[in-house]
Parts: sequence; C-alpha cells; structure tokens
Amino acid sequence: MKNSKITKENIKHLSNLANLKLTDKDLDKFPKQLSEILDYFKSLDQLDTKEIEPIAQTTGLENLTRGDKPEKSLDSDQVLSNAKNKHKSFFVTKAVLEK
Amino acid sequence: MNINELTIIKAREGLEKKEFSSMELTKAFLKEIKEKDSKLNAFITVCEKEALLEAQKGDKLIKEGVKKPLLGIPIVFKDNFLTKGIRTTAASKVLDDYIPVYNATVVKRLKEAGAIILGKANMDAWAHGSSGETSDFGVTKNPYDNSRVPGGSSSGPAVAVSSGMALAATGTDTGGSVRLPGSFCNVVGLKPTYGRVSRYGIIAMASSLDSIGHLTKTVADSALFLSITAGQDRFDATTSPNPVGDYQNNLQKGIKGLKIGIPKEYFQEGLDKDVKNKVQEAINEFEKMGVKIEEVSLPHTKYALAVYYIIQPAEVSSNLARYDGIRYGSGREMFADEAKRRIMLGTFTLSSGYWEAYYLKAMKVRALIKKDFDKVFEKVDALFTPVSPTLPFKIGEKTADPLKMYLSDIYTVTANLAGIPGISVPAGFVNNLPLGLQILGPHFSEDLLFRLAYHYEQKTEFYKKKAV
Amino acid sequence: MKLKTYIGLEIHIELETNSKMFCRCSADYFGSKPNTHVCPVCLGLPGALPVPNKKAIELTIMVGQALNCQVNSFSKFDRKNYFYPDLPKGYQISQYDIPFCENGEFMDIGITRAHLEEDTAKLTHTNLEDKEVSLIDFNRSGVPLLEIVTEPDIKTSKQAKEFLKKLTQTIRYLGVSDCDMEKGSMRLEVNISLGGDKLPDYKVELKNLNSFRFVEKSIEYETKRHLEIFKDGKKPIQETRGWDEKKQRSFSQRTKEEAQDYRYFPEPDIPPIRLDKKEIEKIKNSIPELPEQKKDRFMEYYGLSEYNALLLTENIKKADFFEQVADLGSKEKIEAKKIANILINRKVNISKISPKEFIKDISNENKKPQFTGDGLDKIAKIVLQNNQEVVEEIKKGKETAIEFLVGQVMKETKGQVSPNQAREILREKIKSS
Repeated sequence: MKNSKITKENIKHLSNLANLKLTDKDLDKFPKQLSEILDYFKSLDQLDTKEIEPIAQTTGLENLTRGDKPEKSLDSDQVLSNAKNKHKSFFVTKAVLEK
Repeated sequence: MNINELTIIKAREGLEKKEFSSMELTKAFLKEIKEKDSKLNAFITVCEKEALLEAQKGDKLIKEGVKKPLLGIPIVFKDNFLTKGIRTTAASKVLDDYIPVYNATVVKRLKEAGAIILGKANMDAWAHGSSGETSDFGVTKNPYDNSRVPGGSSSGPAVAVSSGMALAATGTDTGGSVRLPGSFCNVVGLKPTYGRVSRYGIIAMASSLDSIGHLTKTVADSALFLSITAGQDRFDATTSPNPVGDYQNNLQKGIKGLKIGIPKEYFQEGLDKDVKNKVQEAINEFEKMGVKIEEVSLPHTKYALAVYYIIQPAEVSSNLARYDGIRYGSGREMFADEAKRRIMLGTFTLSSGYWEAYYLKAMKVRALIKKDFDKVFEKVDALFTPVSPTLPFKIGEKTADPLKMYLSDIYTVTANLAGIPGISVPAGFVNNLPLGLQILGPHFSEDLLFRLAYHYEQKTEFYKKKAV
Repeated sequence: MKLKTYIGLEIHIELETNSKMFCRCSADYFGSKPNTHVCPVCLGLPGALPVPNKKAIELTIMVGQALNCQVNSFSKFDRKNYFYPDLPKGYQISQYDIPFCENGEFMDIGITRAHLEEDTAKLTHTNLEDKEVSLIDFNRSGVPLLEIVTEPDIKTSKQAKEFLKKLTQTIRYLGVSDCDMEKGSMRLEVNISLGGDKLPDYKVELKNLNSFRFVEKSIEYETKRHLEIFKDGKKPIQETRGWDEKKQRSFSQRTKEEAQDYRYFPEPDIPPIRLDKKEIEKIKNSIPELPEQKKDRFMEYYGLSEYNALLLTENIKKADFFEQVADLGSKEKIEAKKIANILINRKVNISKISPKEFIKDISNENKKPQFTGDGLDKIAKIVLQNNQEVVEEIKKGKETAIEFLVGQVMKETKGQVSPNQAREILREKIKSS
C-alpha cells in the first residue's frame, strides 16, 4: 500500500471530486484523521491476493432483468413537491457551463 | 392491559379477543412516547394523527373479522425508510424537510399486513455510526442507563422497543447497526441474509452491505416480522428468488445435536472480560440443551474491519452523491462531520492511483472472508460470538476518535461482508447493563437462527427484565 | 514531415425501447411536458434502485453483432461517478471494463466497443428574474443509450461522413433507433490528432456537432489548425472544442484543468449478466437483412442496376415498398426493373400511397393508348425548342426543371401520354442534344 499520509492538498482535491465545501476546521482535522484510518488499512498488505478473484456482490445472482413494458410515472406535482427551486414544470439550478 | 408486557403476538391475541382495541393500544403507546421520549430522544417524528386514523381503520377491520398478521399493531420505522407523505430525514439536516412521494417496499408490505406507523425513529445520520450519538437531531439514550449509548445506527428503533414505546421497529444493518443496538438495549435484533429483504425505498448507505432488519422484544415476534418483510421484490434486482422460510412454525423444533462453532478469533485481545464471561455462560446454557460446541477458525477475521471501512465508505461516497439540493432536500453544506469524513475516505479509496491498492484489494480480501464462512459452515451449523467487544459505553467516550468508534464493529462487519444472516439475542446483564449473544449462520438460515435463539430465550427469559 | 490524421468517433444512440433503461417509465418522451416521464429511479430519489431492461441489452448485442464485434458472454454494469445537474444520482450507470460488445469492425474501421448506459436529463439555459439559470427536464434521464467507440482508424472527413451515413443506415435498418441528430436521439463526438506512424500522444475532442456536415467541416478545420501548429514547431493542446457554424471555426471549451476522475466501480445494485451461446446465436439470427445484403439481392433477384438498388435500399421503408409492389407487379406482368425506374424517377411519396394503389396506377397507364412514336417525338422537339432556358438549367444539373417540360408535353398531348413516357423521351433528347 502506498504511503498513507494525506495532506491538505489531497483533502482539497478530494473535496472537489466529492462536491463538498469544507470548512477551515475540516481542512485542519481531516488530513490527520484520514491518515490514521488509512494507516489502519496497511494490515491488508500482509495478504498475498494476486491469485484471488475480487467479489463485488455476495448473492451470486445473475441476469435479474425486466421486460420492456412501461408503467405509470409519477404525477408532476409529486415530482416537484420537494424542490426548493422550480419554474413551471422544471427544476431550477444556477447556470452551468457546457459539459 | 399492561403494554410493557405486550409483544406483537400477545397484542394480536388481545386485539382478537377484544381485550382492548387498536385505538387503546395506539393511544397507550403515544402516551409512553410523550412521557419517555423527551429523555430518551428515540423519535424524530411522531405520527399521532396518522396513527390514530390507522388504528380506527384497524379496529373496524378487526370487528369485521379480517385476519392480518400485524392488524392494529403500532410499530416504528427507522428514519431511513421512506414513508409516503411522512417526513423522512435519515437524521440529517440535509433532509430536514423531505416528504417522500413513495413508500419503501418494506413499508408497503408491513402496512398491507395491517401495521400502524407510530413514528420515525432517530438514528446515526445516514446510518453512519455505532452508538446513536451522531444524529443531527440529538443523542439517543440507553433506557437501562441514560448516561450510556444505546448502540447504533438503529438507536431509535432499539430504544423504542426496549423502553416500551413500540411493539417492533424496522432497522438497517450495514456493519452491525441492528445487532449492536439490539445487544445494548436487551432486544432481539435480526440482520437477515443480504437480498432476503428488499432495499427499495430505504436510503442507501452501502449498497452491497445494507441488510434490512428489525428489532423486537422476542424471537417469535422477530420470526413473524420477517415472514412479512422477506421475499423477492421487482423493484430490487438484488433480492433473492429463494422461497421465504416458514419461520414461525419452525421455532419449536428441537436443537439437540446441532453443531455450533466458536470462532477463536472473536475471543482474543480487545474483548472485555465481562462480555467474554457472559458469552461463555450463554454457550454453557446451550451445551446443557444438548448443542455440540467446537472451536473453529475464521482466519481472515482480523482484516475484516479494514476491508469494511474501505468498501463501505466507497459505496457511501457514491450513494450520497444524489443529495445536491436540486430535486429535494438542502445543499451538501448541511452534511455533518461523520458523513463528510466517510465521503472523503470513500472518494479517496476509489480515486485514480489508489483504487487498486485500496478498493480492489478490499474486494479480494472480502472474497477470502466470505470463503472462511463457506468453509466453516461445512463443518458446523451456526456460530456463537459476542456482538461487541464492550458493554454499552458512556456517551462521549468514543466520539473524539473516529477509529476508536469504528472498532466497535469488529465482530459484526464480517456478516455483512459475507452476506450471511445474524441475530443478537439478549444474553444477560453486567452491572445492570444488557448485552446480547450473536448467532451467525449460512445464507438463508434465518429459521435456524430463530430456532436456536428461541430455545435460549425461553430458558433464560432475559427479555423480561425491563429498563427502569 | 508528412503528418497522418487519426480520427476516432464516439457515438451515442438512444435505443427505441418502450420503457427506460433502469425503470419502467415510458421512454417515448420526445415532445412531452417536462418532468412527466419520471419515477423515483430516473429522478434519483432517495432509496430508488435500478432494474435493467432486457430488451435494451438484446438490442445492444444485436448492434454489436451487426458491427462484427465479439460479444462478452459475461458482462456487468459499473458506476461512473461525477457531478452535474443533469445526472440525478451523481453517477451514471454505464459499463467500464467488460462492455457487452468489443473488438468489431465496420467499413474497415475498427470498433473498439459498443456498450450500454443511461441517458442524462436535458438542461436548458435561460434567465429568470435577472439570474442566469439552468432548467432541468428529467424526461430523458434513464433512457437507454448505446455508446459506440471507434478506433482512430478514420483518415479523412469524407471517410468519417461515409462511415456515419452507413452506420446510421444500418442502425435504422435494425429498428434500434431513428438516429435523429435534431431530435437528439443520436449525438456524437470526434477525436482527432495528427502524427507520424504511431498514434499521437495528444487528441482534441470535438463536441456538440449537430450534423454530419458539421462533423465534416470541423474535421477539415481541425486538420488545418493542427498542421499550422506543428508548422510553428509546437504541439496542439489536448482539449475539448466546439464548432461555431457562424464563424466557421472551432473554439476551445476548456472547462476544468484536471481530467475527470470517474472512480469506476462495479454497480452493486445490479447482478451481472451471463449469456449462453444459444442466446447470443438467437440474437444474431434475429438481425434482419442489412442494406449491403439487400442491395446485392435486389441486383441479383430483380436485375436492378447497382445505382438503382442503392437508391431503393436507402431505407427499409422504401425497400419494403418496392418489394411489395414488385410482387404485385409480377402478377400483372409488370417488370421489376420498370417499377424501380418509376419509383426512382417520379420520386413517389410512399407514405401517401399503398403498394396496391401504386401498381394499379401503373397498370392503368400501360393500358392507355400510346401516343404514336412520331407524334410524341415531334411534340417533344417543339417543347424543347420553346424552352431553351429550361433546357440549359437541366443541363446545369437542375433535374427538377424537367417537370415543367413534362407538363408542357402533357398539355400538348392532351394527357394521352403518361408523364413517364414524356419524361423519358425528353431526357433522351436533352442527353443527345
């Protein structure tokens, strides 16, 4: 495992990826806290897992799909009922640049 | 009617025999809530109006002779279960004013069985916690000792049942969040096999680990509850087509001759002496009942917590991405510390340059942990372990150090990583503080877990000792 | 140094299924009132879970096979994590390392992969109460999207356009999508770079190209632009650019400095897909006759010229119409070749006439007394003489102008000649003049 020291820079980068605005307090305490937790993960390096297949699910299920018959959607008043910003039947957010 | 003595089964009997009405029952619980909850803080929302309305409807149906397994029974939902028209917050300020437009499948099934929604229970926000201290709506207290934690994250549900404010409560168990509060509050906490109960309409924490369980006073109640919630759901592609067991009718079947494994890795350094002794007492009781005990090994146990705290925050970081305040809720600045911490941790272990060393590695070790269980269940029918390394600890004792808090999960995360079921059944008291015995079994062995727990419970009757 | 052009395409195609990719909302959203085709799943509500659409998977595999891809018998979905208001869950369910189809080839261009994912919502930029805002409509969110990625084997703008024309024709033939760039059921991006014999270590991504013409023009513009930069001894910056049709140039759309880190991981809410050989064969066998095959068959069976066969097989509706008419015609001893000519020359609107009606018209015409050869010849000559300017226009390429002359001939012959005859003889005379 890599060097598990997390810096303030790392935290800033991660907060961008995670769309989180961190407070100064966060920026002060997160590097240490996260580094300690990552340190704890080092024990996994003791295991040789080269030949091991990773698992993402424990059910062993496969092919759980559905047919193509459409069903009723939500009523439009339900759809917008929890939005703080709406206009006619649209959700509204501050303008974004082209993707 | 002494509602403290009631279980679901006794209450159903009483309702059918017309000893009391659902209205009386519901009013009595609402009274308990009014009297006790200002101190215990187990509820975020109490649905007084809706509950009384449903009780009225229930009474009418009972009069007409309608038979439904939970008809007229007031229950509580952990506040990460979406209840249509009833505020659902996940105990976070982000969803402070969120009113769902649909019901979770489990909510639907329980309502169809006649259950009445008494209220939405407090929890660690987003189910991130093992103590019940991390709610944006205040700390929940242990009914046996108000200066101590009730366990989390299903803190409110466990306390509601334990303190006589409800007959049953739903919960979610991602790393022990039903079993641990069950143990700390002297109630039965069931974590079903992953995929046994639908996750649709329940605010996701870690998608491959979340198991939908419940807390009840007795094992028989737990079996009844599971027979309603279990079963494949067309809205959840991870639910199993395996037929639902006949949980209630198999409880009384004998347990003599069953082989129980005691995994040595769960009884090593870090386990409180008092807890160890109590669990040993429980094992002795089982031996007296004719169960065969043998020592087994789950060699990869010591890596489980690391694997869990890599995989779970990774999935959390992705599952919480939808909370951007645009379609519902408030903005992401409302996330409290623990949520932010887990999102950051998860984002890190998935990020480019690190995902192989952390996330991929964890997925591989997860396979090894699961294999440990597969192997051991070829030799024994079930396993007995402690639920937690300590007794219910003092409020504030572990909150300064996140890692210290994470270590509470050491004996419970393994079941979630492997997807197997587990139950916590009351196993006695140390200095008046409750603790539970954890029984683990292979996939879809809930009926076996119920059986073992039932016989032990009937012999020891620890559930009868109420909190003051 | 002679620089080679490396062009690859990334094409997104909305599949014409009845319901969305991961939920049961109707996928037929175009033109509907905003946010009326949504449910907890495609709206990204708390607690919602995806359940994959089997038909969408089958269509994806069918397209992959039509593109000669190898089908992965074991496949899965993955989460692609990023934030944008048109992405309700904050991640898109897509495919990362094990797509349904890969390593194919079409028109000598390598097909890297064809995979299945979900579409995003639609954003509209506007000004509300003096604030710049984006309005979001989630009707499109969750519609099945097929992503086709080509190898950078395309060398010219012309080749790119030809490839796209043939690809969309094939996909329409399969009945999988209408590939309408205006409606948005097809979107594409171009990756372009210049270099030597090895694949260059930079690439420019061209986005928001709304037509094949824009694709062609932007490629030509970029090629020149990169060449100029190389001539100056520099290297083009790796970036995203758009096409400005008004200014006839590309422009930089640099959004973020850092490359996106999508943090892919296997989708935990959806079990993997495992297909056996039989199922894969079944899908392959369900592929209808494709344009190339149909054209060849038309040439052989109906004796058509390649040119006519190409025109008639342009789209499946036209081809089917022709075959139905040819079938009816054979009973009336009307030659398929003649039917083909009429269909093509008269530019018949096949949506307004049935094959039965059409064949009836033709057989009626045949029964009409033919105007004698000499008489028709004389009239044709006169009409041409009197309308020299029109003849010039026709010679310059304005084909449609002939209809005026046809009308003149019809007038002179008092309708006793069929427009077909009139046109034929006029054409002959114009050609030989």
